[in-house]
Amino acid sequence: MSERAELLLAIADDELVLGWRDSEWTGIAPFLEEDVAFSSIAQNEIGHARALYQLAAQELGTTADELAFDRKPEEYRCSELVELRLPEWERTIARHVLYEEADQARLEQLKASDDAELASLAAKIDREEAYHRMHAQMWADRLRDEPRFVTALKELRPLIDTRNGHTPEFTELWEQMTEVRRSQPAGTTW
Amino acid sequence: MVAEEQVWEALAEIPDPEIPVISLVELGVIRGVEVEDGRVRIDFTPTFLGCPAVEVMQTAMAERIRELGAEPEVRVLTDDSWSTDRITPEGREKLREAGFAPPAPREAGAPTLVQLQSQAFRCPYCGSNDTTLENIFGPTPCRSLRYCRSCRQPFEQFKTI
Repeated sequence: MSERAELLLAIADDELVLGWRDSEWTGIAPFLEEDVAFSSIAQNEIGHARALYQLAAQELGTTADELAFDRKPEEYRCSELVELRLPEWERTIARHVLYEEADQARLEQLKASDDAELASLAAKIDREEAYHRMHAQMWADRLRDEPRFVTALKELRPLIDTRNGHTPEFTELWEQMTEVRRSQPAGTTW
Repeated sequence: MVAEEQVWEALAEIPDPEIPVISLVELGVIRGVEVEDGRVRIDFTPTFLGCPAVEVMQTAMAERIRELGAEPEVRVLTDDSWSTDRITPEGREKLREAGFAPPAPREAGAPTLVQLQSQAFRCPYCGSNDTTLENIFGPTPCRSLRYCRSCRQPFEQFKTI
């Protein structure tokens, strides 16, 4: 696999898995505005994953859906940060803050890439992510002096770049994420 | 033989699935139309990449082209060359009339929370600038929620992209 395809898959996997994790707040966030916010952020992240998978799929001769849902768990390249199920609000916010920060740095690099197609997609994603960053910043400001939030930041920060193998929580998520497609015989048209 | 103008007219009749007061042409998401030997190619950009209406819009466009007796090809462009600045003046007016504040113009840098929290956004109902940000996010990816303190009406603000 080319370096480009590997990079696209790593980012797409991050966005897909984070999108699933964020969507776990739908219906149960601490208050309605955050229910709406996390549902919308989840939808955006999965949209970014789709566009990135599509770009990789053109190169690899496959489809976005096959890349998203038909690979084995060990083939995913997402970071451990996005894999964790974080039902505690302060830890979810800590992940959100850390992820948006790292994602912004990554998008800045991609926007400057010689690969025009990738640079332009990164620019579009970045315009959408600007709203996620605002949301993360707003929460970081609110929770800045909250000890549980500070601890969560410290605890989760090293996981951003941890991509060797997966957490058991990822395997569970993979089961859920791919269940419908795995339940049908190979070659099913969706 | 289908003419390009007929295609644009047909597309102008397709409402946005989520904000049906405005057509796909007014929304500015149709980037180009090419007609060649009974085939019609439409280049189209979603407002947000995660927009759940993308496929509905693609299908609606393809159906209209087939009704004109041509073979459609709808390409989805995911580049950064589209912005909410492309919403037509008529489209902006229709949005406002329906209670959606149209997007602010795109600037070189990304919008900031300070801007969104400022009073630069006008209420589509009473025109007052005394509005506050309630939620950066709304019922669809392309909208935020605001509240007008003057007429005490919540409203939706189209995000700038």
